[in-house]
Amino acid sequence: MTRSGYRRTAGLLLATALGLTASACGSGDEPAQNNARPTAGGSAAAGPVSITVNCMPPKTNKAQRATFQEDLDAFQKLNPNIKIEKATDAFPCYEPRTFEAKLAGGQLETVFYVNFPNVGRLMESGQAADLTPYVDELKTFKDYNASIDIFKKDGKIYGLPTDGYGMGLVYNRDVFTKAGLDPSNPPKTWAEVQAAAKKIAALGPGYVGFGEYSGNNVGGWHFTASLYGRGGDVLTPDGKKAAFNTPEGQAVLENLKQMRWTDNSMGSKLYIDWPSLMKAMAGGKMGMMLGAPDVLIGLRNDFQAKFENYQITALPEAKALFNGGAGYMINPKATPEQIRAGLKWIEYEFLTPGKGQLDYVRAKGADLTVGQPYPDLYGADTPSGQEVLKLRSENANVDPAQFALWVEGSKGIPPKAEPGPYAQEIYAILDTPMSAVLTRQDADVAKLLSDAEAKVNALLEKKG
Amino acid sequence: MTATSMRVSRSPRGSRGRPATKRRREVRRNITAYGFLCGALICFAFFSWYPMVWEVVLSFQQTNFVDPPIWVGLENFVTVFQDAAFGPAWKNTVMFTVLALIFGYGVPFVIALVLNELRHARAYLRFVVYLPVMLPPAVGVLLFQWFYEPEYGLFNQILGFFRLPALDWLNSTDTALVSLVIVSTWMNLGTGTLIYLAALQTIPGELYEAAELDGAGIFKRIWHVTIPQTKLILLVMLLLQIVATMQVFIEPYLLTGGGPENSTVSVVYLMYQYAFNFGNINGGNALGVMLMIVLMVFSAIYLRVSREDKS
Repeated sequence: MTRSGYRRTAGLLLATALGLTASACGSGDEPAQNNARPTAGGSAAAGPVSITVNCMPPKTNKAQRATFQEDLDAFQKLNPNIKIEKATDAFPCYEPRTFEAKLAGGQLETVFYVNFPNVGRLMESGQAADLTPYVDELKTFKDYNASIDIFKKDGKIYGLPTDGYGMGLVYNRDVFTKAGLDPSNPPKTWAEVQAAAKKIAALGPGYVGFGEYSGNNVGGWHFTASLYGRGGDVLTPDGKKAAFNTPEGQAVLENLKQMRWTDNSMGSKLYIDWPSLMKAMAGGKMGMMLGAPDVLIGLRNDFQAKFENYQITALPEAKALFNGGAGYMINPKATPEQIRAGLKWIEYEFLTPGKGQLDYVRAKGADLTVGQPYPDLYGADTPSGQEVLKLRSENANVDPAQFALWVEGSKGIPPKAEPGPYAQEIYAILDTPMSAVLTRQDADVAKLLSDAEAKVNALLEKKG
Repeated sequence: MTATSMRVSRSPRGSRGRPATKRRREVRRNITAYGFLCGALICFAFFSWYPMVWEVVLSFQQTNFVDPPIWVGLENFVTVFQDAAFGPAWKNTVMFTVLALIFGYGVPFVIALVLNELRHARAYLRFVVYLPVMLPPAVGVLLFQWFYEPEYGLFNQILGFFRLPALDWLNSTDTALVSLVIVSTWMNLGTGTLIYLAALQTIPGELYEAAELDGAGIFKRIWHVTIPQTKLILLVMLLLQIVATMQVFIEPYLLTGGGPENSTVSVVYLMYQYAFNFGNINGGNALGVMLMIVLMVFSAIYLRVSREDKS
C-alpha cells in the first residue's frame, strides 16, 4: 500500500471509530424512555405495568426454583395489572462484572439483588432508585429492625434488606470431639479460640485449628468483622479517617500471627476467596472459622458438608456484630409505576410472613432447611417478627441446637454495618496486613497497620 | 473525417471512460474479497476498535450510566496514579514480563531445537508439548494450585524426595511472582514451540551441511545458522510475548488474589479491581489507557519489524 493509501485507510478507520463513539456517547447521554425519576408522591396511574426481576434460583436447584416459579405465578394472579416479563437466573445474583454494562445497555432488571458490601457504593453512585416516597405503602416496612439502615443515605431509602445476619464462630463438632474439646461448650474468648485451635492442629497432618481469609478483599472483610467484634472501628464516625490502627486492630492481627506462627494452628494454605475457606471447612479437618449462620446452610447445600457436624456460637468477646446479608434495589431508570410494582414483588416474595421465602410450611415440604435463625429482618416485638419466629419454630426441620448458642450469645449485641461506600477499596488495602501476618513470621503488626492507615486516609481524602 | 481525427476526437471521452470501466472491472473482480473484508472490518470495528475508543472516552469521564457523563479531564488518571497499589502493580507487571521472557522465551526455543533434531516420536512429543495450550487457562491455573499446595503439593513432594527444603510458592512475597511465571510459561509453551519449530523447518538443510563441513559444532551451528535464519520470527515472538505477558491477569486473579502483600498485583488485576470491585469503571479505563499506550509502543515496533520482513 502506498503512503497515501495508508492515509486513506487510516482516515476511514478513524471516521468509523469516531462515528461509533459519537453514536455511543449519544446513547449514553440520552435518558431512556422510561427514565422518569421517582418524585415524592408520584402518581401511580392505574394500568398494566411490566417489570423484570432477577435472582431466580438456577435450574440445578430444582426445589427452590419450583417454589420461586410458583410465587411468580401467584403474585401475577394476585396483581393482574403487574406483569413480570422476565425472571433471570444468572448466578451469582449480583455480578459486578456485568452490572454496569447491563445498566448502560438498558438490560438491568427492574428489581435487582445486591449484597451488603456493594450497597453503599450503589447508593453513592446513584445507581439505585430512591424508594423513600413509596416504602410506606408496604405493610411490613414499619417492622424492620436496624438492618434497613444499610440501605439509608442522607435520610433516603434505596433498597430493602431481605436477608440479614450477624457474625459468629462456626465450628465442627466432630473435630472438637476428636481433639478432646467439648462441642457443647465452644470458646467464648479469643484466648480460648487460640487454645482450642492448638489442640485441633495437634490432631495431625491436615488438621487446621482456625481458618481465615487473606486476599481478594475477603481478608479485609474478615479483619473488619473481627475488629468490630473487639469493639474497634474501621473509620471514624464521620467516615473521614481510618480508625483501625488501635489496640483492637493490633489484637486482631497479633492473635492471627500467634496462631499461625507460634502455635502453628492455622495451616499453611492461604484462603484467598470465599469458596476456598468454605471448601476447607466442608472438608472436615478444619475446626473453626468466622462466619454467620448462613455459612452452615452454605456448607450443607453448596459444599456437601456433613451438616449435623457443624454448629455456630456467638462471636468471642463480641461488642458489636458485623452485619451481613443482602437485599433488593430498584433500577434507577424505572418509572414510579414500575417502582411500586417492584416493591410489591419484593414484599410478596421476601418480606411477607407465610409467603415466598418466609413460607416455612412449603419449604419444609420441599425438603428445604427451616429453623435457621435468619433472615433476621424484623424487630422481635413487631407483628411480622413474631409471626416469622412462630412459623419458623413450628416448621423447623434443622436441629435448633446447631444455632442456639449463637442466638443466645448474640442477644443484645448491636449490629454494625459496612465501613461506608468505599468498603471494597478499604478491604483491598486491609488484605495486605492480613496476608502479611499469615505469610511472614517477622510481620511487624504496628507497621502494617500504620501503612494501611496511611493508605486508607489517602483514599478517603481523595474521595472527599 | 480521417482516422487520426476520429482518434483525437474520441480521445477525451476515452480518457474519462477507460479508467472508470477499469475501476468497475476491478471492483467486480474483487467483490468477494471486499465482502470478506467488510465482515472482518465490522467485527474489528465492533469488538476491538469501538471498545478501545470507548475506553479512551470513559477514561476522561465520570459516569454512573444513569445520568449524563461528566468530563473530568485527567482526574481518573490522577486517582489511579495516587493509588497505593499503582506502583506495585507496574513493578510486578514489568517483573513478570521480564521473568516470563527469560523462561517463556528461551524454553520454547530450546524445546523446538530439540524436537527439530529428533528423528523418532517427533509428532507424539509435539502433541505432548502442545497439550497444555488445549486446556482452558482456568483449568491449567487451578492444576498448579494443587501443585503449589504447601503440605501435599507435587512440587514440595518432589523437593522432599531430593531432600530439599519445601518452598512457600504462592505464600511468600519472594516466590509468589515467580510461581505465577512458571504457570504462565507452562500454559504458553506449546504455541511458542510450534511457531519456532515451523521456523526451524524452513531453514535449508544445506546451510547446516556446509557449516558441518566447515567444522562447526552444535552450538556454533545454532549461533551461526539457526539464530540468523530465525532472527525475524524470534524478534516478532519477543514483541508479541511482551504485549501478551504485560496483560497478565488470570494467574494472580485465580492463584493469589494479588497477594501476599500486593506482591502479585498486576496492572490488569488492578484494572479489574477498579472496574468491578471498587465500582470505578472510569478509573479502570484510565489504567487501561495507560497500559494501552505502553503496549502500543511495542505493537508499533512489531508492525515495523513485520513490514521490514515483507519488504
